Amino acid sequence: MSSHGTQAKEPLIRMVKRDTISQNKAWGIRAAAFVLSLVTGGIVILMLGHNPFSVYASMVKGAWGSRTVIYETVKLAVPLLITAIGISFAFKMKFWNIGAEGQILVGAVAAGAFGLFTAHIFPKLPLVILMILASIVAGGLYGLLPAVCKAKWGTNETLFTLMLNYIALAFIKYLMNGPWKAEGSSFPKIGMLVPGARLTKVLGVHWGWILALILVVVAYIYFNKTKQGYEIAVVGESTNTARYAGINVGRVFRRTMFISGALCGLVGMLQFAGADYTITEGTAGGVGFTAITVAWLAKMNPFGMLVVSVFIAMLERGANAIQTQFKIPASASDLLIGIILFFMLGCEFFISYKLIGRGKEEHDA
Amino acid sequence: MLNTLSGLFTAAVLAGTPLLLGALGEILTEKSGNLNLGVEGMMFMGAITGLAGSYYYEQAVIQAGGTPNGPASALIALFTSFIAGSLGALIYGFLTITLRANQNVTGLTLTIFGTGFGNFFGEYIGQQAGGYVAVSDVTKGVFSKMNIPVLSDIPVIGSLLFRYNWLVYFAVVVAIIMAWFFNRSRVGLNLRAVGENPATADAAGINITLYKYLATVIGGGICGIGGMYMSMVTTSGVWVHDCVSGYGWLAVALVIFATWSPARAMAVALVFGGLTIMRMYINIPGLPAQIYDMLPYVATIIVLVVTSMRESKEHAQPKSCGLNYFREER
Repeated sequence: MSSHGTQAKEPLIRMVKRDTISQNKAWGIRAAAFVLSLVTGGIVILMLGHNPFSVYASMVKGAWGSRTVIYETVKLAVPLLITAIGISFAFKMKFWNIGAEGQILVGAVAAGAFGLFTAHIFPKLPLVILMILASIVAGGLYGLLPAVCKAKWGTNETLFTLMLNYIALAFIKYLMNGPWKAEGSSFPKIGMLVPGARLTKVLGVHWGWILALILVVVAYIYFNKTKQGYEIAVVGESTNTARYAGINVGRVFRRTMFISGALCGLVGMLQFAGADYTITEGTAGGVGFTAITVAWLAKMNPFGMLVVSVFIAMLERGANAIQTQFKIPASASDLLIGIILFFMLGCEFFISYKLIGRGKEEHDA
Repeated sequence: MLNTLSGLFTAAVLAGTPLLLGALGEILTEKSGNLNLGVEGMMFMGAITGLAGSYYYEQAVIQAGGTPNGPASALIALFTSFIAGSLGALIYGFLTITLRANQNVTGLTLTIFGTGFGNFFGEYIGQQAGGYVAVSDVTKGVFSKMNIPVLSDIPVIGSLLFRYNWLVYFAVVVAIIMAWFFNRSRVGLNLRAVGENPATADAAGINITLYKYLATVIGGGICGIGGMYMSMVTTSGVWVHDCVSGYGWLAVALVIFATWSPARAMAVALVFGGLTIMRMYINIPGLPAQIYDMLPYVATIIVLVVTSMRESKEHAQPKSCGLNYFREER
């Protein structure tokens, strides 16, 4: 601010960066924003001529009301959570990996290469291990490519990873129509994974949910307790500082992006072998994009991501319920997720800054 | 052979126009230093509101006992889609410029929101209309190819250049105006300064906030018009679920390929448009159709890598793109 600012007309409202804010107050602001977003969504529902309370209640019931729907909700939350963890590796070092969608797809294809064509050779356990390894390597390499270019030439990774999504998608369409087309099908689609090779269910849902919970803890430890996690944080703060401290920034980029892509690739394998049993254009189905907002809302905290991803899965699952019950199109979930995210993104400002009205006393630092 | 080529050219122009509009909107936005990844969302919003605008206008006129007027219906579609796109961009602008939220995440959220918005209201209006929404033949007629006296009748050139729907010419005019605006007008140069180095522009007395808001909002409106093209021309006035899918992202790719130049965007839109429909016209033996779909993205990556290798300053993204400007943190 200029020095003569106080003599000149004082602005109606000005903002001052907060030094600190108590955890309670910060969570209070977030809760208020969340309630406001539900109110906004409620107004939309009201305008469509429905009772917002009964629609929301139906959504919650549609996601948690019975054993079957709980399984479905968890099934939606698992890919979201693991992808969000994968993305947070990259985002923590301010490497904008928005290519999770593509990394999931190549992971699914790599798993499919074994699952669809070697199921008659290998018994289940080695086959599943092969599928896991293949998806990790494929997803990792797909994530590594933009990291190499970024480390070497400073290529913009946001746009690079974005483009890779659509290349993977076109490749899947090619496989569906050509080499991997299911035999005897007039419709372009890839065959089904034989029942014997599908992932074992634990408490009704494939074991991916256990893996997801383990990954939450592992990622938390990696970020907070290991040297590599610390390097990621330093690179994220400032690449120059990192260089000065003797960190090989290019290597951190490459290593972390491999991990990031590998986790997303793993999601592709889980979707293929645990949920869909086939690969389609919808195998990633927007998870790669939604997971970015999950990671961001949770402030890259793995435990936070667990909560957010379960919540978003609930909205998506609940939207199906309101479609059958109220004839509200299921796309309402995207609309509602968008509204909630807008409010949550906006409220962070009020946590970092406070507004001071004209004439109020100064609280200068 | 000549027939195939001219058919391909015409189809490429038709397929490239929504991409051109989306890309022009995004170029304007990025020139102000805002990387708005919500193009897809804004196009969805423009697609449904443009269609809905025309549809409700027709219904209202028919109920009043009149006959709908085609050009009026088209103007309403243009207006509503522009407003919807700019409202989407306004949400983005408010969050990133005023509330300083992360641009990547906000843009992606806008895409999620806009996709939901388009599909939700598309289905909802369809339900109300008893199945699906479609505009009447009057409006469809305005959005089909024009017949310009004399010009359209010139052999070869007439069918190659003067027989498109009016939105094609609209897009070309916007591109030309924008090219002039960035290179020849003071306001345009100021805007570029904002995108390249906001701190310097601020010191030179340029109102950063105003420039960013205007560029983002108008850019979003142009993206909205691009979306309206999808619902009014590509699907000829019928709401098709997920009708924009992927075109918004292709427009983002186009911005890179055109290296942030509106003039080059016209040529690249033709190439991208051609690539999206080429498999229907030219069959290269051994090259499966789906591989064609990959080409625009592969080409974009090559451009991205090559420009970064050359460290080209002229053909690169505006320097402050993706970063929010905080005056206090200079």
